[in-house]
Formats: sequence, C-alpha cells, structure tokens
Amino acid sequence: MSPGQVAEITASDASLRRFLAGLPGVDQVGAEARAATLATRSIKTTAKAWALDLAVTMIDLTTLEGQDTPGKVRALCAKARRPDPADPECPSVAAICVYPDMVPFAKDALAGSSVKVASVATAFPSGRSSLEVKLRDTADAVAAGADEVDMVIDRGAFLAGRYAEVFEEITAVKRACGSAHLKVILETGELATYDNVRRASWLAMLAGGDFIKTSTGKVSPAATLPVTLVMLEAVRDFRAATGRQVGVKPAGGIRTSKDAIRYLVLVNETAGEDWLDPDWFRLGASSLLNDLLMQRSKLRTGHYAGPDYFTLD
Amino acid sequence: MSAGKFEYAPAPESRSVVDLRSSYGLFVGGEFVPTVDGRMFKTVSPATEEVLAEVTEAGAEDVDRAVRAARTAYDSVWGPMSGRDRGKFLFRIARLIQERARELAVLESLDNGKPIRESRDVDIPQVAAHFFYYAGWADKLEYAGFGADPRPVGVAGQIIPWNFPLLMLAWKIAPALACGNTVVLKPAETTPLTALLFAEICQQADLPPGVVNIVTGAGATGQALVEHEGVDKIAFTGSTEVGKAIARAVAGTPKKVTLELGGKAANVVFDDAPLDQAVEGIVNGIFFNQGHVCCAGSRLLVQENAYDEVLDRLKRRMATLRVGDPLDKNTDVGAINSAEQLRRIATLSEVGEAEGAERWSAPCELPDRGFWFAPTIFTGVTQAHRIAREEIFGPVLSILTFRTPAEAVEKANNTPYGLSAGVWTEKGSRILWMADRLRAGVVWANTFNKFDPTSPFGGYKESGHGREGGRHGLAAYLKAAGPKATDRKEAARA
Repeated sequence: MSPGQVAEITASDASLRRFLAGLPGVDQVGAEARAATLATRSIKTTAKAWALDLAVTMIDLTTLEGQDTPGKVRALCAKARRPDPADPECPSVAAICVYPDMVPFAKDALAGSSVKVASVATAFPSGRSSLEVKLRDTADAVAAGADEVDMVIDRGAFLAGRYAEVFEEITAVKRACGSAHLKVILETGELATYDNVRRASWLAMLAGGDFIKTSTGKVSPAATLPVTLVMLEAVRDFRAATGRQVGVKPAGGIRTSKDAIRYLVLVNETAGEDWLDPDWFRLGASSLLNDLLMQRSKLRTGHYAGPDYFTLD
Repeated sequence: MSAGKFEYAPAPESRSVVDLRSSYGLFVGGEFVPTVDGRMFKTVSPATEEVLAEVTEAGAEDVDRAVRAARTAYDSVWGPMSGRDRGKFLFRIARLIQERARELAVLESLDNGKPIRESRDVDIPQVAAHFFYYAGWADKLEYAGFGADPRPVGVAGQIIPWNFPLLMLAWKIAPALACGNTVVLKPAETTPLTALLFAEICQQADLPPGVVNIVTGAGATGQALVEHEGVDKIAFTGSTEVGKAIARAVAGTPKKVTLELGGKAANVVFDDAPLDQAVEGIVNGIFFNQGHVCCAGSRLLVQENAYDEVLDRLKRRMATLRVGDPLDKNTDVGAINSAEQLRRIATLSEVGEAEGAERWSAPCELPDRGFWFAPTIFTGVTQAHRIAREEIFGPVLSILTFRTPAEAVEKANNTPYGLSAGVWTEKGSRILWMADRLRAGVVWANTFNKFDPTSPFGGYKESGHGREGGRHGLAAYLKAAGPKATDRKEAARA
C-alpha cells in the first residue's frame, strides 16, 4: 500500500467506510475458539522462565487515579527500575504510565534508567472534549518530557461512522507528539464487536499510530484474549500490506502470570516472534508485576514466598 | 519447530495414570477370558513403535461365544429391564468415563497417536456426553417418534475404526444399550486398548454380564461377527470398500445394517469469508486428528479472487503447527496411526505430484521413530486429479478453485461421497442457499468438525447409510412394532 493509496482511502468518510468494510470480517465464535485453544498451551520450565522475564520487560506500570501524588509516582518509578530488590537479575519494566501533570516527577525519578515515561492525554479516559483541548493536553505531556503518549479515540465519532473525523484527530495528535511514540487506545469494550475492533485498528494504523491499545482500564470489559487476537491479526496484515510494523498493548484486567503468558503465546502464534519484544508488545498492568515476581522467585527457589516478600509499589 | 524466540519446553502428560497389562483376553459375559481358537498379536504406539500390549485376535468360536453371551443377556436381563433402570446404568458409565477421563485420554493418545490435547479436550468429553445423552433417552423411547412401543432389535454386532477408537465405541454402544439391545463390539486391530479399558468400566459399573462384549481382532474377526447368524444388526464405521463387502454379506438376511463410510468433503471458502477464522477452519478441517477423519475437509474450494490471500494465510498458519509427541500438551498434530496408513498417504501424495499438482509441506522436523507425515497441501488440483477424488485419510489437503456459487455447489457435489461439507461466507442467505444444495449429511457454516451427541451424523452415496447421534441415531436400534420381550420368551418356551 503506497502513501498515495493511503491518501485515497483516508480522503473521506465514504472512502474510509468502503475500505474498512472491505476488510475480512471476524467470526466471533471462531475468534473466541482460537483464543481459547491458544490459552491451553502448557508453558513450563525454561520456556516459563523466559516468558516471565519477557513479560516483566513489557509491563507499562500504571497509576491513573485522581489521588495520584508525586510521592506515589516516585515510589512506582523506583519499583519500575528495580522490581525485585532481592534479585538483581530481574529486568526493569518497559515504562511508567501516568497523567500528564505527573510526567515531570516520573521523568526526574527515572533519569538515567531505560524505563520510558508514558502519559495518557487527549482528555483521557472519555476523550470527550474539543480537538483543541486534546492537542493542548498532548503538547503538555510531551513538553513535560513524555516519551510515549497514550491517546483515546473518539468512540462516539467512530460508532456514528464519522471515520474521517477519528482519522484526522489521530493524525493531529500524532503531529503534536513530535518524536514521542503514539499509542492509540481503541477502548474495545465500547466498540462491542470484533469487526469494529479490526476496523478501528486499521484506522489507527493508517493514521500513523505507533501502537494500538485495547483499553483505558476504566471500562469493562478491558483487554481480552480474543480482542487482542483480532488486533494482532490486524498489525500482522498491516505490516504485510504496508511494510510498517505497529505494536500492540492489551491493558486492564491482566493480573496473573498465567494470563500474561497466554498473551505471549497469542503474540507468538498470531503476529509472530517479531512482536515478542517490548518495542512491539506491552502489557498495561500493575498488579501483574508482583505475580510475575512471585513466579520468578518460585522458579528460582522452588517455593512460593508470601506477598510481603514483594514490594507494594 | 525451528528454533525461535519462544521455544515451548516439552510438557508431556504422565503415562503413569494408565495401568497397562502386558496381555489382554477377550471381554465376554462380563469377564476377561482367554481365546478359544484365536491367536495373540501386538499393539504398538504409532509415535514410537514401542509395543504396548499383546491382545487377542478372536477366532470364529470366540465370536460365537460372545454373541451367545450377548443373546443370553438380552433375553434374560437387558431386554426385559425397564428403560429407567437401563438409563441408570448408562448414567453410571458416563460418570465413570468422566472420573477416569485422564486415564482414558492418555491411553487413547498412546495407542492411536493423536495429540493429548484432542483426546483430552474433544474425544473423551464427547464420549461422556454421548453416554449422558442416550442415558436420557432410555426411558423415553416411546416419545422418540418411532411408534408407541418401539422394541430393541436384539444383539448388535458393531465394528469400529481406529481414528476415534473410544468415541466411535460411544456412538455405537450408547444408543444400542439405551434401546435395550446387547452388543458385541470389535475395535480396530491397531487401537484396541481403550475398548478394553471401557470393558473394565462396564465391570466397575456393575453392568449385567454379557450386555457389552468386546472381541478384538482384525478383518477376519469382523467378518465372523458380520456373518454370525445370532446377530440381528450390524453397525459399521470404516472404509467404503469394507462397507460394500458387509452390505453384500448381509444382503438377503434379516439383519439390519447401518454404515458410516468414507468421505471427501468440500470446504467452500467465498471471497467475503471471515478469512482468519476460515483458515482456522481449513486447518481444523484437514489436520485435526492427522486428517484421520471420515468427514475431514480434504477438498478445499476457494473462490478464485480470494485464492492468493487464502493460500498465503494458510501457509503462514501451517508453519505454526506443532508436530510431534502425542503426549505433549502442546502438540497440534500427532502420529499417523500405522505403517500401512502412512504408506497409503505417501503413495497418494506421490500420485498427486505425478499428476502435476504442486506439493507444499509445513516446515517441521519429524521424529526419527514412529509413523509421521508433515501437514501437506496440494495446489493446482482439479476435479480430474486422483487426490481430489479418493479419500487419503491423512494430513493432505487438495486445493481447488471456483468462480461462482453455482460452480462451487457443482464441484462440491461432484464426488462419490457425501458425508460433510463446509461453507465460509459472511452472507447468511448464501449459507442457507448452499446448505440446501450440498448433498452431504452435515453442512457446517463458518466452522468445521463440530460434533454434538444431539446432532445426527451420516452420509449420502458411498459415505454410507443410516444416521448416528441424536434422535435419529435411535432408529437404527429400534423396530417400531413387535412382540414384547416377555411375550417372545413365552413363545420360545412353547
């Protein structure tokens, strides 16, 4: 797909609708059955140890609460750098994800580390404000030093079929990001159907998103295996069509190591091993980290340690 | 699998849950008995060629003894028993199957070579479901639509194949018993072990002696069973060739017969299909159980304008198939059941190449020992190719194309078989239009190889006659009117 073809597709609501409707449909029963089958893969011993470490490096450690304070963010940053004080071999997580006003504190606390700072912007989580406000929100985050911006799409516009509007908004935010990576949150729980998920994925990728992300974590259902399966198929097909690779980030509701490993199996067998890398796959999860640490220490020592052996944040 | 980033470490299911004996007799009259006139033969694990146990090849006298035991049980216990009581036994068997599911699954995979994922998640749950389903019918037969007072047929001789040893046993035994028949069952010579374990379950369930009898052996044993005068009904699942021989053997006798034979199912993919799921369905249609499935979707018909895309996706998906140790929980494709079957698959694949079709196999390393065949597709196949006509019964897919719905129907039906078909399209009206015209016992829409005890299964043309499963499956084991068992006993006495 050449830039000219992309321009043609994205010229209007009508041309976008034609293109998105022309994508292969998703059979709900089949997609869910496939995800369920992959969830039965049995990952043991060396494969498990490898997967647990990889999962740690893919985590976007997140705090998105009204009650967030600099102290809370600093504590989270310390955990991000060194998740398990008892084990120096334990890798750092991929990023810290905070509201824009918390970015400076995170940036400061993470100075000199490989951990990135991500910030939600664009009137997160509802996205219900004017484009001007959304762009300003994004600019704020970037100016404060965010390496990555997580934006929400306008689900109302998408569901109403105003695809061009959604497209324009994503491209505008992408411009406002400058060199920061843009993750586009589809809020798949509100899109309801897998056909919508696939179409929104393509729309976000055509508009220049560097990542497509399932959820804000504020809406239920958040990330599920079948939704992530559909998105992984979309990034795989998009790369085949355009040559450009886009990352995937399921977020919300991933709490156990078992769950995380199921996502990695899904990545491995759907998009392929090129995506088994924190540059191309992230897990938006916070409580997951301690379960991963617990499983790692179990593999190392042969027994489970209690929750008090792992730091709160 | 080639070395990748994410190497799944082996996760083998433990063999220790199975208590294998070194040698097995026949199950006759509720006991394991030594053979009268048969010989012993060995059953091997197709994945390793290791000998698992010695089993009996029953001779004609053994078969006779089993049929007599079944007749005695039919006349004295099972025939006169109330449906309600028969149901209790069947429910008990169903529960025991669930309780011993792991043991049954491991033994099935050992003896057959199928992946444990399939025996654990598909076969054994379906086996239990069939017994539960027909247990429910046992006391409701007068409401099944076969007359007010349907009667059992008598003694059923049942011969089952090696592809789904325990599931085919359940398809045969559960409805027969529910209707009040007694049975003599002959499992396939390469996969007799789970049937013998089922015999133990019958003992555990206190099933009256002689209601279920199991005679192991090969073709000659089956023939003796088919020709035995004391058998009232023959139920056979297997090859069309043997099915025809059975039909000839019972012609002119009062024996009832049902046959579930071969297939060469068309799996039709339209350009508007949900492609990722269609590819899953194609893979499931032909590589499930190593393609040892009579209703396998072995002829893929793709609309010409979607051909390249479907083929690309299919090849990419096939490259992720994990072939190897059947007891590894991560194995997708297991071993070919026997050396003989492997030869047949290899021969027909060579024929395909010789006829000019293009062969492509999934890149996978096959184990050194055992019987293995890499998942394979043939492109450039036409209806005139032998591989598009004959049942290969292995992981080999022939890919053909079509241009219009009418052409799809024409090609799909242009086969001597008619067991199953698949349709992939997002258009509901086209699914119904196709289902009306496809001459096949089962038509799956946007899915493939789905089974349920409530759904009848059976074929058109050379795929056999009669239906198994569902309410229809009862018909084969009932006669609409006739003297009651008690009357017949009196008549016998007079």
